[in-house]
This record gives sequence, C-alpha cells and structure tokens, in this order.
Amino acid sequence: MSEIFVVVEHRLGEIRDITFEMLWKAGELADKLSYSVTAVLLGHEVSGMAEKLSDRADQIVICDDERVKNFNADFHKEIIAGLIEEAKPPLILIGSTSWGMELAPCLAIKTGLPLATDCTDILTEDGKLVAQRQMYSGKIFANVSFAESTGCIISIRSGVFSKDKIGDRQAQTARKDFPLADVKPTKQFVEYVETAAGDVDITQAELLVSVGRGIGEEENIALMKELAEALNGVVSCSRPIVDKNWLPKFLQVGTSGKSVSPKVYIAIGISGAFQHMAGTSGAGTIIAVNKDPKAPIFRTAHYGIVDDLFKIVPVLKDKVLEAKKVKKPWTLN
Amino acid sequence: MDIVVCVKRVPLTEEVDLVIDAQKKGVKKDQLAFVLNDWDNYAVEEAILLKEKHGGTVTAITIGNEDDEEVLRRCLAMGADRAVRVEVGDVSRFDSFGIAKILARVVKDLPHDLVFAGVLADDDNCGMVGMLTAEELNLNHSCMVTAMELVDGKVRTTSELEGGLGEVSVVDLPALLTIQTGINEPRYVSILGIRKAAKKELKVMDLTEIGISDEELAPRAIIEEVYLPPQTEGAQILTGDTDKIASDFVEILTKKGVMG
Repeated sequence: MSEIFVVVEHRLGEIRDITFEMLWKAGELADKLSYSVTAVLLGHEVSGMAEKLSDRADQIVICDDERVKNFNADFHKEIIAGLIEEAKPPLILIGSTSWGMELAPCLAIKTGLPLATDCTDILTEDGKLVAQRQMYSGKIFANVSFAESTGCIISIRSGVFSKDKIGDRQAQTARKDFPLADVKPTKQFVEYVETAAGDVDITQAELLVSVGRGIGEEENIALMKELAEALNGVVSCSRPIVDKNWLPKFLQVGTSGKSVSPKVYIAIGISGAFQHMAGTSGAGTIIAVNKDPKAPIFRTAHYGIVDDLFKIVPVLKDKVLEAKKVKKPWTLN
Repeated sequence: MDIVVCVKRVPLTEEVDLVIDAQKKGVKKDQLAFVLNDWDNYAVEEAILLKEKHGGTVTAITIGNEDDEEVLRRCLAMGADRAVRVEVGDVSRFDSFGIAKILARVVKDLPHDLVFAGVLADDDNCGMVGMLTAEELNLNHSCMVTAMELVDGKVRTTSELEGGLGEVSVVDLPALLTIQTGINEPRYVSILGIRKAAKKELKVMDLTEIGISDEELAPRAIIEEVYLPPQTEGAQILTGDTDKIASDFVEILTKKGVMG
C-alpha cells in the first residue's frame, strides 16, 4: 500500500501542533485514496512521543539517534531521503515552519522530488494531487500541480487543519538504523534563546490595541497608546513594528511572537498576514481598522472599520472616554 | 569576506486590488509599482554592514529583464560593489527550482564566503529559493537568520523559531544564510545615491553564457490556476459617519464586557 509520509516535528520533547494537523490531513487523504499514513519520527528517546501518535498513523518509523535529538537539516535530510528511497511514498508532508522551511528544499534537491511550500490544502483531481497555496500575502490563491515523479513534497501551513484524530488507526512501530557516521553536520546547534522576554505580558491582557505597518510613523504609536489607555488595554503589535524597532519584541503577536487570547483584539493598520493572525486565534472578538477594504484581516475579523485610522482613532478614543464618563455615576465600583 | 546577495524585484501589493491575468497564471502587473523585496533589502544591508566591518566585496545578483535592474541599482547605491543580472525575459516563467539552478551557476563562479538570500519573496511567497540554492551549491546553511556574527572563521547565527524562540548555531564557511526581516535597519537610499552608483559595474549575462538549457529549468511545481480568495462571510463592516461608527464601536466593546 502506498504511504503518505508525515515528518513529525517536535521541540524540547513536545510534539508540535503542526504534526497533528498534518496527520489529520494525511488521514483524510489516505482514507480517500486507500493509502496508509506513516509518521516519520526522528529524535532521541522518543517512545513517549510515539505513543501519542499511535492512534493517528498506520506506521511509525522511528530513527533514534542522539545526533537528531535537536532538529538538524543535514541529518534529517539524509535519513528521510533514505526512507523515501525505500518506500517511494507518493506524498511527503512537512510543516511549513522555521525548521520545515529549511528541511523541505534540502530534501527536494536530495531526492529530486517536486515541492510546493506553505500549502493550505491538498486536493485530488483525477487521482493527481494538487496543492492549494497563497501568493501576495493571501491576496491571491493558486493551485499547483507537480511534474511527473514518484512522489511530491508538500509543506503545510500551521493552523489550517484540525488537530483532532481522524479515522481508526493503530500504528505499527518500526525502528530504523541509519549509517549516519559519514554525514558531517555543517551546522552545530549551540542553544535555544528566548528572544521575546519583557516586563509586559500581552498573553494575559483582556483587551489589546494592536498596531501594524499602517500606522506609518513611529510617533503615531502615541495615539494608539491613548486609545489603549482609554480602554484600560495594552498595546501590542505586528511584526513590521518590531522590525523597525518601534516596539519591543515581547509585544509582538503572531507565529514568531506571542499567541494572545484577549476578550477583544483591536487591530489597527494591520493587513492580516497569516503569520500575524495565527497569534490571534484565541481572541474572543477581533475589530479591525484598516483603510484597505481588501486587506486580508477583514476575512477573519468579526467587525471592521474601513477608514483612515488617523481620522477615526481619535474619535473612537473620545467616544470611549465619553461613554466611561456617562457611565461612572451609576456604577458602584 | 566576499558576500553574494540574491535579490528580487517585486510588486507592491498592499492597498492594491490585484487583477488576475487572462491566462489565470498570475496577476496583471502593468499598473503595479515595484520595489526591492523587503527581505532582500535586509539581506543587502547585512552584507554591507559585514563588509564595512571586515572588508571584502558585496555582489548583488538578480534574474529578470531590464526593468529588474532597478533593484540592482538600489543595491549598488546602498554600498554593493558590483551587480549581476541574468537576462531571462519574464522571470515568472521559472519556478523556484529553476531560479535556484541559475543562481547556483552564477554564484559558483563568484568569490563567496557568504551567500545571502531573503527568507521569502513578497510575490510568490514560496520561501525556498535560498535553501534550494544552498543545496545546489552544496553550501552549509542557516535559515531565517535574525542575528549573526563572525567568530573564528565561522558564522554564529540566531535562527527565528516560533513563539519567540531563537536557535543559535555555528556554521562553517562558506555558507548560505536566509535573512529574516528585522535583522538590521536598512539604510536610506536617495535618488542622488542611485545616480552616483550608476558608474559601478553591472554585468548582464544570459542563459547561454551561463551554460544552462531551458530543459534544466523545467518547473517541478506548476501553477495550474490562480484565483481570488473565495468569498467568506468576513467582518461586519461598521458603516455611517465617524460618530455613528464610534458609537457602534463602543456598543460592541460594552457588549463584550471590556468597557470596565
């Protein structure tokens, strides 16, 4: 039976969500195409992790080696290419994560297989696989097919598929030994560092006023802070603001920053790239203010204000202050 | 320290309505403004910073037509020493694998201790050309670099992982690094600066000169169709004059229990 390979991503002993999301999609495709699902688990002392995968795959291939305890593209590439050579899977799924973005292209060159990156769905058309992906930061979608080959590699965007298990599976576990002795790693792992430490914890805020590229100039942050203060909220931001050093990294919401879960998330001048929105999935209500009515953020926000933010934000702030003033005499606390 | 930087000219698409072309393989570009890809801007800056500190040369490469040269002029104005453009006409006929093959062939013949590429291009968002090029050249690599320094003839990099985590690694040279935004503050380039840089060397090569056939560049991933995002329910847009919008805004906040 043809296998769908899912390359298990884990960090510091924890399986990452993307792994479960890929297994969900692999399971769905496997049921449809009569394939089986193979979880490819590289690491050191990973039987605990294998257990967590046992009802989500038909096979688990474990390569246990101290040298792959931490992700290393050179070792991963050699081992997985060997497994692909042996099993010739028609489909290999890798997370479109920091590590996956390094591994997938390496593996594509090593194996000669085609690759589509950061895909949001996999369709089947006349028995052929078609990957759906986005271009121009989500303003355009594209369907991508693959050149004739024994299989293809598709890297999967985080957060697009369910983390649940799909179907009834009980995995057979196989351990593989690979002659890694002659693979010389060109990159030595040193350590993990926390790059987003700070004294404000945006993950605990009930209300966030989050600012993005659309605020234009650094001095405009002051206006957004005034709105946040009026609402007893906290200011957070999207990546471009941190890239410009206008606000510190610990205030950044998104894949490379923090995941937040406020009751209300007010996004001002944020276009809504998926890397940012991934950090807002826990938000109760998202209100987006942006002058571009086509900004992708309006696809996920609950409420939208399409306007020049320098015109509307002062009015919003005044209205909030006014409402609070009116309300005060009747509230006891 | 000889550094090669791979750059791309991309359209500005924020606050722009994109229109699908007749073949449904891409978007209409005749009305769009173009810039140096954001990630590449940081990559060029990083190369120039290294050159200023350690000496050496910076070479910028792009693949495309004459219009694409404007990003090379910008790189030269920023401080690159020379530039190479590979003339291929419309670059969008190649996929990332083809681009990486061409880049690899050009970089191979240039002195290079380090090769930089942006993590991602703002147009196709594929994010694989850098790594494909590294593998084509059998170069050591580090991905999504947000900080780097040279230590004892090696490069120490911090790669961006998810959730505010960084991965510190040491990589032997020569190496290819994909550069993430925010690694530095790219310098400002004036029109005058670009004019002054016009004297710098800008070499144009074609595929025959490089010795690469169209066959070798056949795409592995083929765009069948592009389309606008399917309609979703999306946000409920608040309408009316600003006062009405602001009142609705306050009402929503009150309902959600965040008005204190």
